[in-house]
Amino acid sequence: MKKNLRVNLIWAGILIVIYALLSLLVSIGILNLFYIQILEQIGINIILAVGLNLIVGFSGQFSLGHAGFMAIGAYAAAILGQQSPTYGAFFGAMILGAVLAGAVALVVGIPTLRLKGDYLAIATLGVSEIIRILIVNGDSLTNGAAGILGIPAFTTWQLVYLFVVITTIFTLNFLRSPMGRATLAVREDEIAAESMGVNTTKVKVIAFVFGAMTAAIAGSLQAGFIGSVVPKDYSFTNTINVLIIVVFGGLGSMTGTILAAIVLGILNMVLQDFSSIRMIIYSLALILVMIFRPGGLLGTWEFSLKKLLNKKEAN
Amino acid sequence: MALLDVRHLTKNFGGLTAVGDVSMELNEGELVGLIGPNGAGKTTLFNLLTGVYEPSEGTIILDGQLMNGKAPYKIAQAGLGRTFQNIRLFKDLSVLDNVLIAFGNHHKPHVFASFFRLPAYYQNEETLKTRALELLSIFGLEGEAHTLAKNLAYGQQRHLEIVRALATEPKILFLDEPAAGMNPQETAELTQLIRRIKDEFKITIMLIEHDMSLVMEVTERIYVLEYGRLIAHGSPEEIRTNKRVIEAYLGGEA
Repeated sequence: MKKNLRVNLIWAGILIVIYALLSLLVSIGILNLFYIQILEQIGINIILAVGLNLIVGFSGQFSLGHAGFMAIGAYAAAILGQQSPTYGAFFGAMILGAVLAGAVALVVGIPTLRLKGDYLAIATLGVSEIIRILIVNGDSLTNGAAGILGIPAFTTWQLVYLFVVITTIFTLNFLRSPMGRATLAVREDEIAAESMGVNTTKVKVIAFVFGAMTAAIAGSLQAGFIGSVVPKDYSFTNTINVLIIVVFGGLGSMTGTILAAIVLGILNMVLQDFSSIRMIIYSLALILVMIFRPGGLLGTWEFSLKKLLNKKEAN
Repeated sequence: MALLDVRHLTKNFGGLTAVGDVSMELNEGELVGLIGPNGAGKTTLFNLLTGVYEPSEGTIILDGQLMNGKAPYKIAQAGLGRTFQNIRLFKDLSVLDNVLIAFGNHHKPHVFASFFRLPAYYQNEETLKTRALELLSIFGLEGEAHTLAKNLAYGQQRHLEIVRALATEPKILFLDEPAAGMNPQETAELTQLIRRIKDEFKITIMLIEHDMSLVMEVTERIYVLEYGRLIAHGSPEEIRTNKRVIEAYLGGEA
C-alpha cells in the first residue's frame, strides 16, 4: 500500500519537474514560438497515438478510423469556439466532441467489431470517410470543403501537456485494471478469452469507444492549435500518420508510443531544413526500424517505475 | 437432478451428422471420461457443450439453466471451465496475468476504482494476486509467475491451462485431451494431479482423452462415442470388456 503511494508520488513529482523545466525554458526564451509549436504538435500526436495503440496494439483490433473521430472533436471545437470564444465553450466543445465520437464509435463498433483483421480495417476506414463526407456536405454548419477559419487560439502548451498526462494516465489505469487484462486476453486469443468468461464483444467495443474519445479530444486541441479546420486535414493520410507512430514505437507499448511520437516529431523538425529530401529520409528511417526492429522500437516493453524501485531495493 | 443434463443433442454440418442424439448426465463430484476413436465427434461434442457451436437439436441444462445457444462466455460464467486440446494460453502475457484474467469470471471489475486508482483497486489487485499465487503453487508454478506463458515448458503450459480453468471457479471442469503430447512419466504425474484437483477443489470433471490408460485409471464412469453416437456407457471395467468398444477401437471383429 505504502509502496503504491510512493510510486504515485514519484510519478507526480516527475510530471511537475518536467512542467517546471518546460516553463523555465520557455520563460528564458530557449524554447521560442517555433519550438513550442512543435512541442504542442508532439503532444497532440501522443494523445492520438496512445488512443490508437489502445485499439490496435492492446485490444488487437485493426482500426483505420482515427481521423474520423478526430474530425468530430475538431469540428465541435471549431463550431462552438467560433460562436463564443471562451474557454468554457472550448471545454464544453471538447466534452461534446468526445461524447459524440464515443457514441459514433459505439454504434459503429457493435456490428463492425465482429469483423476480423482486414475487414475491420476497411469498415472503420469507411466510417472515417463517411464522417469526412458528411462534414464536406454540412452546408452552413461545417462550411463545407472550405472549412472553418479563425478559431480562437485556445490551445496552449500547458493545456496540451495537461491532456497528454490525463489521457495517458487514464489509458494506463484502464489497461492495468481487470477490464484491461480482459482486453489483452482478447488480443492474445479470442476463443480462450471467451471460455474464461470474457465478453469479447463488450471488451472490444469499450476499447474502441475509449480510443475514439481520446481521438476527439486530440482533434479539439488540434483545432485550437492550428486555428482552422478543413475536411481534407482529416483524411485517411492522417490516420496513417498516427498509425506510423504506433507501429514505430511498438504495438502494445505505451512507452514506445510516447517515445516514437517525440522521436518522429523531432526528426520531422530537423528535416524541415532539407525539405526536398525530407520524406525520403523520414521513410528510410521507418524502413530501417521495421527491418531491424519489426516489433517497433520497444516491442511490448513498458517502463515501470515500480519494478525499477523493486530492483534497486533488491540490490 | 444432475449437474449437467444433456438430452438428445445433435449437430449437423450440412448433410453430415457430427454428433447424433447424444444424452448424458454428470452428477456433482463425479469424474467422467469421454472416449472414442479419431473423428468420433468428441471435440464437436465438447464445442457444443461449451457453446462454441449451437446444437441443431436437443438440450443442454447446466445446474437447472438451459444453455442452448448461449455465448461461450455466458456458459463459462454459468460455471463451465475448460482447457484446450491444442493449448490456447495468452502467450505474450505473464503466467500470473493468465490466471488473473480467469479470475475476472467471478469478480467485479471495479471499473471506477481502477480508473482513479482508489484504494479499493489496490486492495482488489492484492487479493487477486495472492489467490493466483496460491493456485499456482499447487501446480508448482509459483516461481514462474512473471514468466511469459509462451516461455514455459510444454508440460507446464498444460498445467497452466488447468490452473487458468480452475481460476474461473467452475462447477464443471472439461479437460480436452490433457495428456496429448506427454510422455508416460508426465502422464502418470497428470493422473495424480487430476485426482488431487478432484479432491481439493471438489468439482465435477469430464475428461476427454485418447489415452485409454489414463481414462481407465482415473474415471468413475465412461461414455464412448463412435461416428457421433454414444455406443457404450459404464464403469471402466464394463467398458474394457464391452464388445462394441473393442470393435470401435480395434476395427472389425476383434
